[in-house]
Amino acid sequence: MRGLLLALLALFALSAPLAAQDMLPPAPYAYKQLADPKQEAKAQALMETLRCLKCQSQSIADSDAPMAGDMRHQVRTRIAAGEDPEAIRQWLIERYGDYVSYTPQVKPITWPLFAAPLLFLALAAFLLRGRFRRRKGA
Amino acid sequence: MSEPVPSKRPGIAVWLPLGLFAAFLVLVVVGLYWPADREVSSAFIGKPLPAFDLPPASEDRPGLATTVFKQDGKPRLLNVFASWCFPCKVEAPQLAALAQQGVEIDGVAIRDRKEDVAGFLKQYGNPFKRIGKDDLSQVQLAIGSSGVPETFVIDGKGIIRYQHIGDIRQEDIPLILRKLAEAGQ
Repeated sequence: MRGLLLALLALFALSAPLAAQDMLPPAPYAYKQLADPKQEAKAQALMETLRCLKCQSQSIADSDAPMAGDMRHQVRTRIAAGEDPEAIRQWLIERYGDYVSYTPQVKPITWPLFAAPLLFLALAAFLLRGRFRRRKGA
Repeated sequence: MSEPVPSKRPGIAVWLPLGLFAAFLVLVVVGLYWPADREVSSAFIGKPLPAFDLPPASEDRPGLATTVFKQDGKPRLLNVFASWCFPCKVEAPQLAALAQQGVEIDGVAIRDRKEDVAGFLKQYGNPFKRIGKDDLSQVQLAIGSSGVPETFVIDGKGIIRYQHIGDIRQEDIPLILRKLAEAGQ
């Protein structure tokens, strides 16, 4: 038993981690907020709605992947330079497609997303109207 | 007050929940066994390479600027790699084979240290004409690349013509050569 345990330990000690990670420090604005709180708020709002491309179910605000850090750096420096957050989103969509943005854009393919709630409300109103009328008649 | 007695025989509607459940199961199985493609391809294909000018990542190769891709009208490969990236080591022989066939390959080293790049090139060969150092993944983001390694075919006018995601395997070489030939026309 002890031998087996030792053998297992040796195996773990020998297995070098395969995880690929770079040796560079994070980008300057990967973890550093902008000095101006208004600009930082804008940057934060945008970063929360941009997809990390390495870890695809996280936003770049949420991810510690180096690439997400570089994207945060890019977002923060551009906002500090006075760029509009939506322009930065468009810049990324131009390169990665709609996939990079968590905020759906109004487009021919996404109109049901925006129209469906209205349709459901209309349907609910129609059904409720029927109910109320019946109750009055009873 | 004679309401019609509702029919007691179950109609087709009674099977609806079971049917929906079966459809849901099928969806789950399909999702499990044939998961969606997780690769994010660049939406920048067909567009000109954005302007950049990267310092050299290696002592014996110059850095990389956009102007290179327009200088002689020849199509080239732009390889996005890193010394810390495991599949980049796997694709090294294929890049060497392409370079040997006369393909010009320029590299962009992502978040890399010069000494690490030097070690990587020493161990796995150096197929690159130039290597730019991209410490903030700026060029990577500017061309819509989402990982390493990725290889782009750039035509003689500096237009991105094709993107290969992941390491180039032996069997990918003919396709890469064909895309290069198409870009050269």
